Amino acid sequence: MASYKPVVVQSFPKLGEKITQDTLYWKNYKTPVQIKEFGAVNKIDFSPIPPHNYAVTASSRIHIYGRYSQEPIKTFSRFKDAAYCATYRDDGKLLVAGSEEGVVRLFDINGRAALRQYDGHTKAVHVVDFLSDKYRIVSGADDYTSKLWDIPSATEIVSYSEHMDYVRCGCTSKLNTDLFVTGSYDHTVKVFDVRTEKSVMTVEHGQPVESVLLFPSGGLLVSAGGRYVKIWDILKGGQLLVSLKNHHKTVTCLCLSSSGQRLLSGSLDRHVKVYSTASYKVVHSFDYAASILSLALAPEDETIVVGMTNGVLNVKNRKHEESKERLPKKKRPGYRTFVKGRNYMPKQEDFFVSKPVRSHLKKYDKLLKSFQVTKALDVVLEARNRTPEITVAVMQELNRRGTLQNALAGRDETQLSVLLAFLIRYVVEPRFAPMLIKVAEMIIDIYLPVVGQSAVIDKQFLRLQEIIEKEIDYQTELLEVLGMMDALFATMTKKKATSLEENKTNGILRVLEQATSN
Amino acid sequence: MQLYSCSLDGTIKLWDFTDGILIKTFLVGYKLLAFYTLAGSEDSVFIIIPKKIEDFLDWFQLVSVKLPKTPDQEVEAKELSLILDDIGQSPKCTAFGREGEYVASVRGLHLLVYFFKKKKVNRFPLSATSRKGANNYFTCVACHPKEDCIASGHKDGKIRLWRNFNHKREYTFSTLHWHHDVVMDLAFSVEGTSLLSGGVESVLVQWRDGSDYRKEFLPRLGSTIEHISASPDGTFYCTSHTENKITIIHSNLSVSAVIQGLVKGSDVKTGLVVDPRTKALVLNGKPGHLQFYCLQTDKQLYNLDIVQQEYIHQIGLNQVDLVKAAFSAQGNWLATVEQREEKETELELQMKLWNYDEQTQSFTLNTRINMPHEDHVTALCFRDTDELEDGTPILVTAGNDGRFKVWVLVNDSDSEKQSMGWSCDFVGSYHNYPATNCCFSEDGSLLAVSFEETVTVWNSDTWDLICTFCHPPGRIQNLCFGRLSCSKYLLGTTDNGFLCCWNLLTCALEWSAQLNVMVLQPDPLSENIAAVSRLLEGSDLFVFKPNEPRPFYIQRNVCRERVQWAVFIPRDVPDSTGSEKHQWLSRSQLYFLTETQDLLTFSTKSAEERLTPSSKQLAVEESLPMTPFSLLLGKHRHQQRSKENADLDTAVVQSHLPQDSPAIKELLHTPAHVLPSASFLCSIFINSMLISKENKSAGEVVDEVEMDSEKAEDESDEDLELTEMEQDINPTEFLGEITETKLSKYQEKQLRKIRRRDYSWVAAL
Repeated sequence: MASYKPVVVQSFPKLGEKITQDTLYWKNYKTPVQIKEFGAVNKIDFSPIPPHNYAVTASSRIHIYGRYSQEPIKTFSRFKDAAYCATYRDDGKLLVAGSEEGVVRLFDINGRAALRQYDGHTKAVHVVDFLSDKYRIVSGADDYTSKLWDIPSATEIVSYSEHMDYVRCGCTSKLNTDLFVTGSYDHTVKVFDVRTEKSVMTVEHGQPVESVLLFPSGGLLVSAGGRYVKIWDILKGGQLLVSLKNHHKTVTCLCLSSSGQRLLSGSLDRHVKVYSTASYKVVHSFDYAASILSLALAPEDETIVVGMTNGVLNVKNRKHEESKERLPKKKRPGYRTFVKGRNYMPKQEDFFVSKPVRSHLKKYDKLLKSFQVTKALDVVLEARNRTPEITVAVMQELNRRGTLQNALAGRDETQLSVLLAFLIRYVVEPRFAPMLIKVAEMIIDIYLPVVGQSAVIDKQFLRLQEIIEKEIDYQTELLEVLGMMDALFATMTKKKATSLEENKTNGILRVLEQATSN
Repeated sequence: MQLYSCSLDGTIKLWDFTDGILIKTFLVGYKLLAFYTLAGSEDSVFIIIPKKIEDFLDWFQLVSVKLPKTPDQEVEAKELSLILDDIGQSPKCTAFGREGEYVASVRGLHLLVYFFKKKKVNRFPLSATSRKGANNYFTCVACHPKEDCIASGHKDGKIRLWRNFNHKREYTFSTLHWHHDVVMDLAFSVEGTSLLSGGVESVLVQWRDGSDYRKEFLPRLGSTIEHISASPDGTFYCTSHTENKITIIHSNLSVSAVIQGLVKGSDVKTGLVVDPRTKALVLNGKPGHLQFYCLQTDKQLYNLDIVQQEYIHQIGLNQVDLVKAAFSAQGNWLATVEQREEKETELELQMKLWNYDEQTQSFTLNTRINMPHEDHVTALCFRDTDELEDGTPILVTAGNDGRFKVWVLVNDSDSEKQSMGWSCDFVGSYHNYPATNCCFSEDGSLLAVSFEETVTVWNSDTWDLICTFCHPPGRIQNLCFGRLSCSKYLLGTTDNGFLCCWNLLTCALEWSAQLNVMVLQPDPLSENIAAVSRLLEGSDLFVFKPNEPRPFYIQRNVCRERVQWAVFIPRDVPDSTGSEKHQWLSRSQLYFLTETQDLLTFSTKSAEERLTPSSKQLAVEESLPMTPFSLLLGKHRHQQRSKENADLDTAVVQSHLPQDSPAIKELLHTPAHVLPSASFLCSIFINSMLISKENKSAGEVVDEVEMDSEKAEDESDEDLELTEMEQDINPTEFLGEITETKLSKYQEKQLRKIRRRDYSWVAAL
């Protein structure tokens, strides 16, 4: 015969972002460390060699931090004005930085004074980088030029002045020793081959370019400027692959995860977005306190460092699963005890008596099965409100059985107070509201004659009333907003959209409802 | 083993129930309401009859009847003697005690005990109500088989065990109380050690030793227990239930077998739906379940639990109703809508979408949608995507809230798990009128939705409104598209008695007819559309094609009740034997359900044919010893009959496949030494082999339309009722009679022709 059917607990679709592998991965960082710098942080660069220290350029200083240190290990402060774009060489021994006065300086990591100084730019140098042959430096400056320098001799090899505006970003190819890219405020990104006199490729970004990035394969170019992040296919001659518009303020910095699977973009809108480089969809997003200027990821994504306009450096280190100290195992019965008789193969002449599978019922189901309605309700109310779905499901079941009134009645002060506390907490939640309003009505009907006997209960009743009144106000406001929007849509829509409109407004209403109720 | 049966027509019949032979009929002449026999007295039985024959007042008597011992088949039994007067009419209200010493009967608030030896009646009254609000009315009674003990069931669920009742004053009773509602039936086990009781709760309670503490339960038997009985050998109990079910239960309270017919539940709200996979009829079954009922075998295939909630058997409880069900074209998806209406304003709706799982061979829940509409869902339909297998299924629901919603299957799987779910794709409305019906055209390109008095047609790709029809004012009740060659027509019926057909190409009304159509059902395999109309009394069936306003088949008065639902069930093998008149039944068969939950169908087969596999006559014939004499006699009779109405016979034979014609069977299966001469057999044999081509060419048809009405409550085929219906307007009927003689001449000629041929091979058989 059919067995007892347990109460169906409705599962509601999770609102907001779904939990994916990405969210798990990107959330697995410790609480951030905040370090106050002297000015806006314009560049963060990780040393390519362990222990992966990072250089932070802010104001007129360059600080080198260790991974877990909150104090700088080393400081380079030989700048008269702001320093820009301190960048490590591939071997992690040299550091190059531009400056407001137009001078590019080269530092030894262990030294203090500049090893070399490259003069030639007439205005602030905002971008410098090593070519991958390690012996040349690329720099871009506000005098619209980008220059190539020979490190040992400190001489200018070539100068390009193709940009029509400030050159504010650039990067060098890791594969080709002669290739580099610069982005400028003239809305273009240019690819240069140092063996030629002119740029080899120009792509039109459409906005002042704030950051450029080459994929490790060298085939794809990412440019950020305005609210857009654009991916270009270099091998196809600079064809636009995809244009991403996920920020609502200027995107200032770009960064690739160490696997190359994810692209990160930081923006003045205080968000860092993580894109999948396969689908170019946002898979995760970080929020920060201030507008983001610079962003860097340590190798293996061990650390995320974000520099902001207010001079705060936000450092997040990855959590590591410390293998928990195994408790000494209790002496348990051996394996043989458990398999005893279970691996017996029935012989031909054996009768096979199957043991019925015992279904395990929850406590409330057991009580409901034996029609102990008040106890069942008590059990689900006791559950510390961690699973309001179950509580409401049991209430619904009781209502269906017509015994909700019985279950609610006859409670003493403490029991009633638990019930009211639950109501106060969840009555306005849209998914529970229909049922809980009914419960509230019943409680009021039942306990009306005894109101005024207990201060605790009276207080809770008042609180409930307050919450409900507030909710009614919200709803009226929402309806007003909806009315306004309907009017707007009505003026906007043409003949075709008559039916689509309803869909939209419904959706917006729902979103708004969620926003207010949460 | 013999069996008595009594009926309201005033006869008691004695049967040999293993063979199914009627042995004797006793005529009593009263309406017999209940019937009892005692082991001790073979020659007299006890019956309950109304006091007067004509007056059907609430006055019944228990009388004993002496059954005369005469060899005749029909005997009049007039020797009645009154035992108890003014008793309950239900058989459950009277019980005979230990070895027939006394009889106990209950009515209202009285227990009457009649002692046969002392010829004395003891009357034990109970007060109507007690302080605790008990309801002491008696409902049933049972007597202990070994002791002087009577158990009585009461309306408030109490069971009283009466003892010492041969004293008028010093009687005692003890009370057992578990049931919260009426005790429907009581039964003692054979030894009397345990008492069984059952009621609305559908729990069989076994009380041991009449003690309140030693009780055992068998819960969740499905529906209200109506009757309980214990087998004489004590191994089995048997309960019968309101939902057309008998449960056989082991004496250790474990279910041994369930005999289940078509569940006759409450109102059939889902209508009749065909499962495209099994071709089973799907409709409301047990509460909250869909039953899959195989029409060919008259068996329930399985029950699909839709609501998935514990059913509380309690009268007056607001249960969740399953109101809508629809299958996708291939049967991969099933959509169901359940609702629960507490008050006018409080409506709980849930739509569930079920996916057919090939591995488990059953439907699994895929998506559950709470409140798909804000008001009742009036219709739902799938878009048939026959041609493109990979086309995403689309479901449309229409609701009283003035919307129709389009639901699509979306892939919301992410990197970890594959999952498909349904979500709303489009919401459409038309001036906020309640949407009453929706249906897709055959190719799925158009969706028609009716809003009150207007039919709207939508493009199913872009969901644009294409056109509206609102010709005759009146609420649209049914809506369907034409099929195949008539797919350019859209049909609708209104509540003020119009059937309209619109042409979708010209967007104009093609024709309309004044017909109060209750049910409009298109045949999925042909252009035919069946409409059942209702006038003042009786329902009429019209079958027509949308391109022709004149129906090609009319059947007046198909049944007296209102027809609620109808459905065409595709045949596995197209039936080509049907006459021209029944051509419309060749590919699918029409079933319809009336208000009283009778499931009826149209059959092309003749009455005889319908009967042969199922009738009891067959059983009788088989049980008779097969003597050569009976064979010969039977053959002779058969031949005579065939001579008498040759044409009718050939018509019957014609629809048979030649192999299973009785004549050939006999010829092949009887031993050669008992066969009559070949010349004697020849004509029968030839007759049976005749392919009645000439019948058709002559336009001869069997004019009766046979309708087997499978009463829904009837269990098996033996209860099949057969009603023959004369058609009142049928000119071919007379034609058939006129051509009869000519035909036989023609046949004779044919026969003669055939006889000239060489039949030596017959002898070789």
